[in-house]
Amino acid sequence: MGGSTVLPVIIFLPLVGAAAIALIAPSRATVLKPVAVATSAATGALTLWLMAAFDKNDGDFQFTQLTEWIGSAGISWHVGVDGISLFLVVLTGLLFPIAIVACDPPHDAKAYYIWMLVLETGCLGVFLALDLVLFFLFFEVVLIPMYFLIGKWGHENRKYAATKFFLFTMLGSALMLVGMLALALLAKDYSETGEITFNLIDLAQSASELPTITARWIFLSFVLAFAVKVPLFPVHTWLPDAHTEAPTAGSVILAGVLLKLGTYGLVRFGLYLFPEASQYFAPLLFTLGVIGILYGAVVATMQRDLKRLVAYSSVAHLGFIVLGIFSINTEGIEGGLLQMVNHGLSTGALFLLVGFIYERRHTRQISEMIGLQKAAPVLAAVFTVVMLSSVGLPGLNGFVGEFLILAGAFVAHRWWAVVAAAGVILAALYLLWAYQRVFHGTPDDPNRSMPDLNWQEKLVMVPLVGLIVFLGVYPKPVIERMEPSVNALIEHMEEVEGIESPTVGDRPEGSFEELRKLKADYGDEEEGH
Amino acid sequence: MSTLVDLVWLIPAFPLAGVLILMALGRRLGEPRAGWLATAMMGGSFVATLLVFIGLIGHEGDERETVVTLFEWVPAGKLAVDIGFLADPLSITMALFVTGVGALIHLYSIGYMHGDEGFSKFFIYLNLFAFSMLMLVLGDNLLLTFLGWEGVGACSYLLISFWFTDEANASAGKKAFVTNRVGDWGFLVAMFLAFLTFGSLQYGEIFYDLESNGVAAGTASAIVVLLLVGAAGKSAQFPLHVWLPDAMAGPTPVSALIHAATMVTAGVYLLTRMSPIIAEAHGWVPDLIMWVGLGTALMAATIAVAQNDIKKVLAYSTVSQLGFMFVAVGSGAYVAAIFHMVTHAFFKALLFLGAGSVIHGMDGDQDIRRYGGLARLLPITSMTFVAGWLAIAGVPPFSGFWSKDEILAYAYGENKVLWLLLLATAILTAFYMTRLVLMTFFGPPRWVEAETQVEVEADEEAESAVETGPPHRHPHESPWTMTIPLVVLAGLAMVAGVINLPFASDVHFLGNWLKPSLFGNEGHLPFGGGTQWVLALVAIVGSLGGVSAGAAVYIRRRIDPARIEHPFLARAWRIDETVTDFMGSPGRRAFERTTQFDEQVVDGAVNGTGTLIRRAGSRLRVSQSGLVRSYALGIAIGAVAMLAWFISRAGL
Repeated sequence: MGGSTVLPVIIFLPLVGAAAIALIAPSRATVLKPVAVATSAATGALTLWLMAAFDKNDGDFQFTQLTEWIGSAGISWHVGVDGISLFLVVLTGLLFPIAIVACDPPHDAKAYYIWMLVLETGCLGVFLALDLVLFFLFFEVVLIPMYFLIGKWGHENRKYAATKFFLFTMLGSALMLVGMLALALLAKDYSETGEITFNLIDLAQSASELPTITARWIFLSFVLAFAVKVPLFPVHTWLPDAHTEAPTAGSVILAGVLLKLGTYGLVRFGLYLFPEASQYFAPLLFTLGVIGILYGAVVATMQRDLKRLVAYSSVAHLGFIVLGIFSINTEGIEGGLLQMVNHGLSTGALFLLVGFIYERRHTRQISEMIGLQKAAPVLAAVFTVVMLSSVGLPGLNGFVGEFLILAGAFVAHRWWAVVAAAGVILAALYLLWAYQRVFHGTPDDPNRSMPDLNWQEKLVMVPLVGLIVFLGVYPKPVIERMEPSVNALIEHMEEVEGIESPTVGDRPEGSFEELRKLKADYGDEEEGH
Repeated sequence: MSTLVDLVWLIPAFPLAGVLILMALGRRLGEPRAGWLATAMMGGSFVATLLVFIGLIGHEGDERETVVTLFEWVPAGKLAVDIGFLADPLSITMALFVTGVGALIHLYSIGYMHGDEGFSKFFIYLNLFAFSMLMLVLGDNLLLTFLGWEGVGACSYLLISFWFTDEANASAGKKAFVTNRVGDWGFLVAMFLAFLTFGSLQYGEIFYDLESNGVAAGTASAIVVLLLVGAAGKSAQFPLHVWLPDAMAGPTPVSALIHAATMVTAGVYLLTRMSPIIAEAHGWVPDLIMWVGLGTALMAATIAVAQNDIKKVLAYSTVSQLGFMFVAVGSGAYVAAIFHMVTHAFFKALLFLGAGSVIHGMDGDQDIRRYGGLARLLPITSMTFVAGWLAIAGVPPFSGFWSKDEILAYAYGENKVLWLLLLATAILTAFYMTRLVLMTFFGPPRWVEAETQVEVEADEEAESAVETGPPHRHPHESPWTMTIPLVVLAGLAMVAGVINLPFASDVHFLGNWLKPSLFGNEGHLPFGGGTQWVLALVAIVGSLGGVSAGAAVYIRRRIDPARIEHPFLARAWRIDETVTDFMGSPGRRAFERTTQFDEQVVDGAVNGTGTLIRRAGSRLRVSQSGLVRSYALGIAIGAVAMLAWFISRAGL
């Protein structure tokens, strides 16, 4: 037993808030939201504190806490944070209060806030768990509140979407469970103590001793679960339904946080536990990533429902992230991690904006909207910034991640990167086209009188837009906190399995001045002719 | 050492400050103060550029580079990119005309945008554009140049669709952005390849690595060709030129600043900056640049002959002139390319602003068939426009003559056919510009049908009654905020040739000045002064020939203009239509098929499986509810059972 208690506090604070809400008498319904906001805001503040206290030069897990839980089965309460999970925790801490502040449930507020806070605990637990069983439990915990959020507070087709979401993810996680158990049982023979363990760090050592074929099969069982969550083509079709039918806050969390469970899992459990299999299957995942980028964009272009369009854009963006992760080099993985945060901010913001429009116009059909920029210039301006971020405009956050991903991918598998870069063109196509149809033109009657953002809506957009700009101009604080952990991950992969991370030569030590000297040394004969 | 050069960061800082201040206070400042603030910021930026320029002159020729790094932008793994500025002769030359012409166009916009409800927003965009453009030229690495590159593209999008209630403007803005993105794909991939090859994106480090370790010609060629794709997008070269004519939907100052003087020259700048890599590429690579330029120049010139929209004529003329610059780059005449870029910035900005003044006076009408005889009514506009016309037509001693002549001379040195075709393009240029000037400012006024000119001149406030038939126009001269920039630019368009005179190497000022930035990659003319004189004479005869042919057709009506203005040319060689048709039917069908595939095959499989399971389930009478809860419960129970089994096993 021992270690820091800050992570358990972060994980369970929302749950405590949920319990408190459960105890609130029905007559005092007005305090429900303040309690939910306060709890999630306090959690968010704690994650910010965590970021500040995080030692940026340490690539190892920090603030760890390890307690034996079910000793006989090698299951422990093991949590910790490193540069890979840190910003996903912060993102979760940020998006939940924003989503809770921005959207009020139309009915059953009590249950709604309880589920939201349970969901937050689940998400934080997934990112911080360092024990496979613990991870799996949190991974499953996430499902239930999301199922109810979609099924109870969603739009017309919510039952279908919720069921689909649940079955898809369940299928994946059932396979993962089998893989986990197999891994723990088989790796037992290779561990130093000879005892079974689910401790991630111990497993990372013993898993490398597994026969190659076995490791590959287990890797695939993990990858399938995460591929559903990401989602990767062709297991993505739950996403447009779930995103579209979910209430606004649900879509924000779904896109902003839940999809990252998949990509995070690919890094933490794919690369870390199975370096050889990761490299072996990298071409497959690369291909699926590239298909996702182009396919998601093409299908997004043809959507008539604005929310569905944003949902399909996620398929494309997450394809980029998978591409970065399986580049297996510092640039690509860091780009992928950064893009997880960026996508959370931009797509979270897009879903909020689409939600604001829906509340006003009671439609998501692009064809029913026109000229909204005239009616709601502030909404349009914010939408423009977020859209440009999503398109990957340099100076805004999306670009840095996308560029690093593509640079890393190019170094690893250049032709895939060349094709993936074309996704940059398509992203501009579907978003600008949608913007034109919704915001440009002369507004007709129902659109002319649409009110602009109110102060509360403006307030929730401020941190999002602020971060979108900040991370585009100065991503260094994020990248430098990721880098030691990413390097440690790559070193681990190289050490245990002799994987060679595809990389480039060192930066040339030169400058214009030295170039002149060099030129001068060659003499004048070059100048002469 | 000298500290003036270290002020280079101030150059983009001024317009950025303008953006931030206007975003905070723009509406409160209102018209015209928002415009004055933005203009003042551009003025400040221009002064800062002058200071850096003076600082650079103070250095020895070979030491005229200073890199000022502000902070690390993207430090990830082996990739290390700074927010750093490179002050060298090339970047400062660019910055001088960008801020100078930019300040004038800002001033002009105060008058032009008078009364527009988006007045302060317009100046936010304009300042943001200037900031991006300056990042593009001053960035000390490819990625920062790309930041500016995409930034100007985004501003261009925002400004073309500035009057967004009109669908045509919105479409034009989107088209510009997407077409540019096609080019940007090339730029992106070029950067990846450069990063892989050199381990850096910084110009100094790339060139150093190039010099010390060399590079395979194939790699260098690939990088240059990819950059050419990017350059063709931004600088509207065939086949990515299609967005520029449509971009004229934006307010006219935008056309002058972005779509004539500055942004569209970015491709030429990029290729000039990368001259050391072009030098390492295979021989066909510069040839490709040259022929793309020539093809574009010639094609656009023929199209300009048949356009009736004053701004469309100028737009195609811009495409054509950019083609000249590409020819120069391809023939190694980097100095000539930059020289023409500068003179073009003066005379083309002047022509666009003049066109804006005419449109302003004609209440928004842009069709030159309804102009005529405006010289007396818009004296300053017409005088200055004539200066711009003579400059672009290549009549000595106006500036365009000198720069175009230099390009023609290099083209002659490269390839006689190339030179001949380029000369033909120059003659066409003189011809269509003469047509434009004659139809706009001279001849009978075609905006009054039955009335005589005298009446129109005399009247002030009469004719208020709404009548059928042609509208009654009162063409009028523009306010001083608009005419002052015209006068200044006209002066520059007349005399700017002096910055690079061909007579002796001493007066080849621009060439000497740019030398350090070109690393000895500037080509040399393979013939002496005698041939040069003959070539110049031919060029002059050609220009005058073009002008007189224009006069013959459009004043003396020797030939029916309809025979020249062929519909094929008027419709811009039908390139745009072909692209639109392709995108509209097979392209769209492919997109629709993919979407159907997603709905019916991928998702269909999912739903099919679901239905199958449900049927099987109901047949087995296990689950009659068909609700997700029972499935979920089943899975959950299964999972718990597995865990329990496992724990009990493990405990043994």
